[in-house]
Amino acid sequence: MLEINAGGMYYRDLNQKIRDAVNSGEKDITVRNVNGQYYIGDGLRGKSTITVEGVPGNDLAAFMDGPTLVIRANAQDNISNTMNTGKVVIHGNAGDVLGYGMRGGKLHILGDVGYRVGIHMKGVKKQAPTIIVGGTAGDFFGEYMAGGVLILLGLNNDGRPIVGDYLGTGMHGGVIYVRGEVDKNNCGAEVGILDVDDEDVKVLKESLTEYCKDMGLSLDEVMKKGFKKLIPVSLRPYGNLYAY
Amino acid sequence: MNHDYQKDISGCGLTGLISRKRRRIGGADIVKSLCLMTDRGNGLGAGYAAYGIYPEFKDFYAFHIMFDEPSVRWTLEEYLKNNYHIEKIEEIPTSPVKAIPIAPLLVRYFVTPLKDKMAGDIQEADFVVNTVMKVNSEIEGAYIFSSGKNMGAFKGVGNPRDIAEFFRIEEYEGWTWTAHTRFPTNTPGWWGGAHPFTLLDWSIVHNGEISSYGINKRYLEMFGYKLTLLTDTEVAAYMLDLLIRRQGLDIPSACLVLAAPFWKKIDSLPEGEREALTALRQTYGSALLNGPFSILFGHSKGLVGINDRIKLRPLVAATKDDVTYMASEESAIRAICPAPDKVWAPRAGDPVIVNLED
Repeated sequence: MLEINAGGMYYRDLNQKIRDAVNSGEKDITVRNVNGQYYIGDGLRGKSTITVEGVPGNDLAAFMDGPTLVIRANAQDNISNTMNTGKVVIHGNAGDVLGYGMRGGKLHILGDVGYRVGIHMKGVKKQAPTIIVGGTAGDFFGEYMAGGVLILLGLNNDGRPIVGDYLGTGMHGGVIYVRGEVDKNNCGAEVGILDVDDEDVKVLKESLTEYCKDMGLSLDEVMKKGFKKLIPVSLRPYGNLYAY
Repeated sequence: MNHDYQKDISGCGLTGLISRKRRRIGGADIVKSLCLMTDRGNGLGAGYAAYGIYPEFKDFYAFHIMFDEPSVRWTLEEYLKNNYHIEKIEEIPTSPVKAIPIAPLLVRYFVTPLKDKMAGDIQEADFVVNTVMKVNSEIEGAYIFSSGKNMGAFKGVGNPRDIAEFFRIEEYEGWTWTAHTRFPTNTPGWWGGAHPFTLLDWSIVHNGEISSYGINKRYLEMFGYKLTLLTDTEVAAYMLDLLIRRQGLDIPSACLVLAAPFWKKIDSLPEGEREALTALRQTYGSALLNGPFSILFGHSKGLVGINDRIKLRPLVAATKDDVTYMASEESAIRAICPAPDKVWAPRAGDPVIVNLED
């Protein structure tokens, strides 16, 4: 177990320290007093677990390939960009553009997220990236989604809409599960809204068992409410967009 | 100018704070908050604006003027003396900073318009706006970059720390502060192009780019504004002056003009609201700011934060006791307020409006 005090440390110095520790075989790293340092966990390989105390800066876990990052606070924008394998657990809210082009691994968020979460998420070969959001999401959730799984729970949303407008716009692969009802007017033209079947419930239970364990939630409570499933159902719905 | 710099990918950064109770807060806080986001800019512009900093001259317009050449000063002062009572002239206090070897001459004037120069029923504020437009477009090498009462903008080419040290920001105390670190993309990085942009009491810091600049500029020119500062953000400052001061819109309505809801949303609203929003969009179509932006605008009565309709730039808000904070990153708020009462990300186009108590 290694502890790093990041208080007032420049991001390049902090990330060099983390990288050196991971390269020297350290499996359990706690970084204290983080505030705003960019690029934590970027491009990191291996199986280390890195716990972050404080709000990390933008571009967390980009291109990450293996490690587990646990954030014990809110997090900012652009998390898990093109991440390949590994896991990010955020015990707070997170910002915009999460999981952009994500290829694999898991992103678990306890609270609300901003706009464009899961944009261009894809998966590669047998890898299916998974993002689970405990709270609500803004507009463009799953925009241009090409693969993987997005799960939106809307726990404790105090009557706020669970998701914004332009849900799944441009979606052509992957699947979005929303715990609650979805308004067709808020979805992209190619999005079909279906009831979940037994196979979906199996997928949900498997993913959510791990999520609930990470967050200290009850799976039974989470599964009490029904889910809707969103998948792309139409081919080239914008084929005539610029043709007249 | 040296363009051979290496830089990570970044965008502008902004931060602001306001004490609703008009408690004057030293400049050290806003500097610390902005410096956390230094890497969002590239050293080609930073600046600060503060309200409540000139209590001893609060009834005078505080003109902050930059001169490319010292000789221009005499041309400007000739013009000023013919039109204004000048209570005080002083060079803006600066400290030598190694990273800022060259700076324009910076002078401030506390002034009030001469009554007999205001022809007809022209309002005092209009007279001041006309002066700013005339000086900035006609006196070559002189720029009035701040013209409000009991407030001031301080800005230049440099990173947030250097500009703060240069202008001795930590020596000022104000109840509202905004600040900006710049990453100029489409327009030059020069002293006048740094944020905040101001006119009268309006001050703007902006992250993003206003794609509708051409439409906005032509619209403003019809009302006598002259756009001289070579960058898009200038239109936002003048637009607020036009909409709120001259045409009497309240702040929520002005925000609905700048970041108008999409027709899809307007069409789904109940009749009264639909008609009101339709009228606003039809009347002020040319005042709509299109493109990505998050903006903080300060004024004599408060502070407003707003971003574009599809949230293409970041904005986080927080409150603690009598202070509201808004910034591009949550960590920039936590740098000066580690445990806020509340932190939230405002929705797209949904303004955060904070008014000062009387």
